[in-house]
Amino acid sequence: MPEPVALKLTTKDFKSDQEVRWCPGCGDYAILAAVQSFMPELQIPRERIVFVSGIGCSSRFPYYMNTYGMHSIHGRAPAIATGLSVSRPDLSVWVVTGDGDALSIGGNHLIHALRRNVNLKILLFNNRIYGLTKGQYSPTSEVGKITKSTPVGSADAPFNPLSLALGAEATFVARTIDSDRKHLQSVLRAAAEHQGSAFVEIYQNCNIFNDGAFDELKEPATRDDYLIRLEHGQPITFGSEGQFCVVHPPGGFGLEVRETASVAADEIVVHDATVTEPAYAFALSRLPGFALRNTPIGIFRNVDRPSYDGVVQGQLDAARAKSTGTPEEQLAGLLSSGDTWTIL
Amino acid sequence: MSKQVQQLDRVVIRFAGDSGDGMQLTGDRFTSETAQLGNDISTLPNFPAEIRAPAGTLPGVSSFQVHFADYDILTPGDAPNVLVAMNPAALKANLADLPRGADIIVNTDEFTRRNLAKVGYQVSPLDDGSLDGYVLHPVALTSMTVGALAEHDVSKKDAERAKNMFALGLLSWMYSRPYESTIRFLERKFAARPELVAANTAAFKAGWNFGETTEDFGVRYEVKPAKMDPGTYRNITGNAALSLGLVAAGVRSGLPVFLGAYPITPASDILHELSKHKRFGVTTMQAEDEIAAIGAALGASYGGALGVTTTSGPGVALKGETISLAVALELPLVIVDVQRAGPSTGMPTKTEQADLNMALFGRHGEAPVAVVAPRSPSDCFFAALEAARIALTHRTPVILLSDNYVANGSEPWLLPDVDSLPDLRVEFATAPNGEDGKTFLPYLRDPATLARPWAIPGTPGLEHRIGGLEKADKTGDISYDPANHDFMVRTRAARIEAIKVPDVEVEDPDSDARVLVLGWGSTYGPIGAACRGLRQRGLPVAQAHLRHLSPLPANLGEVLGRYEKVVIPEMNLGQLAQVIRARYLVDAIGYNQVRGLPFTATELETMLEEVVKNA
Repeated sequence: MPEPVALKLTTKDFKSDQEVRWCPGCGDYAILAAVQSFMPELQIPRERIVFVSGIGCSSRFPYYMNTYGMHSIHGRAPAIATGLSVSRPDLSVWVVTGDGDALSIGGNHLIHALRRNVNLKILLFNNRIYGLTKGQYSPTSEVGKITKSTPVGSADAPFNPLSLALGAEATFVARTIDSDRKHLQSVLRAAAEHQGSAFVEIYQNCNIFNDGAFDELKEPATRDDYLIRLEHGQPITFGSEGQFCVVHPPGGFGLEVRETASVAADEIVVHDATVTEPAYAFALSRLPGFALRNTPIGIFRNVDRPSYDGVVQGQLDAARAKSTGTPEEQLAGLLSSGDTWTIL
Repeated sequence: MSKQVQQLDRVVIRFAGDSGDGMQLTGDRFTSETAQLGNDISTLPNFPAEIRAPAGTLPGVSSFQVHFADYDILTPGDAPNVLVAMNPAALKANLADLPRGADIIVNTDEFTRRNLAKVGYQVSPLDDGSLDGYVLHPVALTSMTVGALAEHDVSKKDAERAKNMFALGLLSWMYSRPYESTIRFLERKFAARPELVAANTAAFKAGWNFGETTEDFGVRYEVKPAKMDPGTYRNITGNAALSLGLVAAGVRSGLPVFLGAYPITPASDILHELSKHKRFGVTTMQAEDEIAAIGAALGASYGGALGVTTTSGPGVALKGETISLAVALELPLVIVDVQRAGPSTGMPTKTEQADLNMALFGRHGEAPVAVVAPRSPSDCFFAALEAARIALTHRTPVILLSDNYVANGSEPWLLPDVDSLPDLRVEFATAPNGEDGKTFLPYLRDPATLARPWAIPGTPGLEHRIGGLEKADKTGDISYDPANHDFMVRTRAARIEAIKVPDVEVEDPDSDARVLVLGWGSTYGPIGAACRGLRQRGLPVAQAHLRHLSPLPANLGEVLGRYEKVVIPEMNLGQLAQVIRARYLVDAIGYNQVRGLPFTATELETMLEEVVKNA
């Protein structure tokens, strides 16, 4: 990852000359604006930033960023970005993907990028639907979802993207919402600072095929009672009056929501994203089930583990340090290694 | 006791045993000793897909054939003069390939009733007269090895395992091979266990001494060194040569090499070899699957590395979509396909040339790529450099079509002078190329090569976006314009046709041939040997061999037109023949075998004789 330098960049510098072509009202606009206005904060020259995407509505993203970018093929962005990041440690590499791209066709690449801890910032726009192909259910759609491809309801259980990422040994896992720019940018900030893979799920509204999927998390009337805003070092309480809290019941495996008034203050879990054991973040990820009540947002997990890029570069550096001579001399030596014989 | 020494011009030996018997290693060592002596050599291993099939069974037989001569040879030999059979299964599996009169050395200790029954022998073939047509040498290899190691501090199991060194010692004596390199090899291999160095060396010497003393081996043979060009040689397999070619491409281009690979037979050895060469800036990534392997390689190419992925046919099938992406992105990429017998899993350890159609046409849309094929093990080095040259100069995916036969076969390689290797340096784009001096046009082409600029991330002022969607000419912006798409499709085809490749050369020593044999890839050896055989018998025949399958050499049409008949032997059902017929309207005659084995020179000679006589 490049070192920050003092730069005078603005939001405008990150807007490309391409006309943005998402459906009017799409949540992607808000995310794009949030990312473009966040980028100057990185203090990384534009030419050292690369956005790689797969296929889907969200994957149009790189065209609109005035950085380097590649709109690749369905599901493969994490693999392509891995090759780029490993061979170019001087770059800041971002992956933009969606629930179908990352969790269906590209599921394998996502989990392996996470377990390797490649230095990628992965933004998964989750709208729980296939938009670009016009409205089939996705691997994050609720069971029984009625869509064009499932007229009597989908039969398969969805993924919980954060649970999946945690199971894949992710070192940084967070969730945020398209419409909450301040929160979204705070998560991007932490993701950008993280060494290794940062996995960010962004709840994103598809107003054409799955409109209102996250309304309870956005509407002023409901959001405070639905959302759990995780803050490192703070007891986990929520609700318009702080009337709910999260506890770890003795003898249980997971976390549960209680009424704050019913528990002692020291029973309330204090959020710590740096807990090494992934079971804690996993338990947080299970709080809402599939329904939106008790949905934590913020940084679930943020731990240190050597990045794949760093280990690979270390091996290359160590091998180079031991070798002498020009590359041509070394090559001549390599070609003539082993049993040779000479004919005069 | 001194024994009679007989001069031979060439010998073919096949070492065969159970997959646990160490036959590959034994063959390898014999080859190395033979190389030291200066014979020309060609080798062919043949092993089962199972790592350890049940001991003593036919599927478990592993063999290694070495052909050596006092003149230059082209193939590992059609039929062995000597078979070393470590058990009944090895004898049964290989006997049909032996001409009458061949020597057979068998390990009698393994010819037990139980082992005979495993492969369906009711009576031991050593006793029933069925081997009367051969020169049979029954040797109690195991018990003599164990006996020779009685004083050594090794387990009975380790002593028995040294029987392959006893056999190697015996063969080394029979053919007067220098054995110092084998002793040195044992010292290296068992450096951590000196008792095994001593035991294996003793077993080797016991075998040597047995040959010298026993009455059974009355004659010792010599094969004089071959006349070979002066220089330093090493014996090399195709996979090793291909790996070194990729390292050399990195050095000669000044670019880091990035290999993305997923383990697959018979290509994995390239991943193993390249993983040792990090000091050259070679990064190897064992990816989660074939698609990730090529994806990572393409990502590295985008970043300015020489991206490479190595695989076999099933892997190429999986990589097809990413190859198409690389065609659209117009980035350098080398895809190595070490072909094996298909379809599906097929016969992973057996050879075939049936991926040509897939290499040429196996993608959606009009997605042309360059295709290059090596003709022999050592040629894999130069073919890899050539694939890299085309990829880097023309910013295109290149498929390098090796196969199991050249990949695992070996031959002596005259080491090239590094400075004589092609200069592969490339220039990245560093400044805007638009007429206004400010704009960067990622799809503005070099008029000669039609290649677009390679502008890598990190270059200020050239920030741009590329992708799989159709792009407008010059700007690279997304375009659905009908005329633009038609133009881009034709331009991508023209780009490949614009690649300059050397003319195909024709071997027709007396310029009187009326029949041309056209081949590609690993059939070069057997076709060449067959043509030589015909010419020696006064039957003129011309040989041309294609290294470039896409684009085809510019002079190919003219060459084809010179001959009355064109014969195309292929280890497939006529894939090149179909291309030649379609493209040049030549009524080419296919000769096709898909047995998982290379052609023998004899079968080709027999087939070609008919054609030549009737031409």
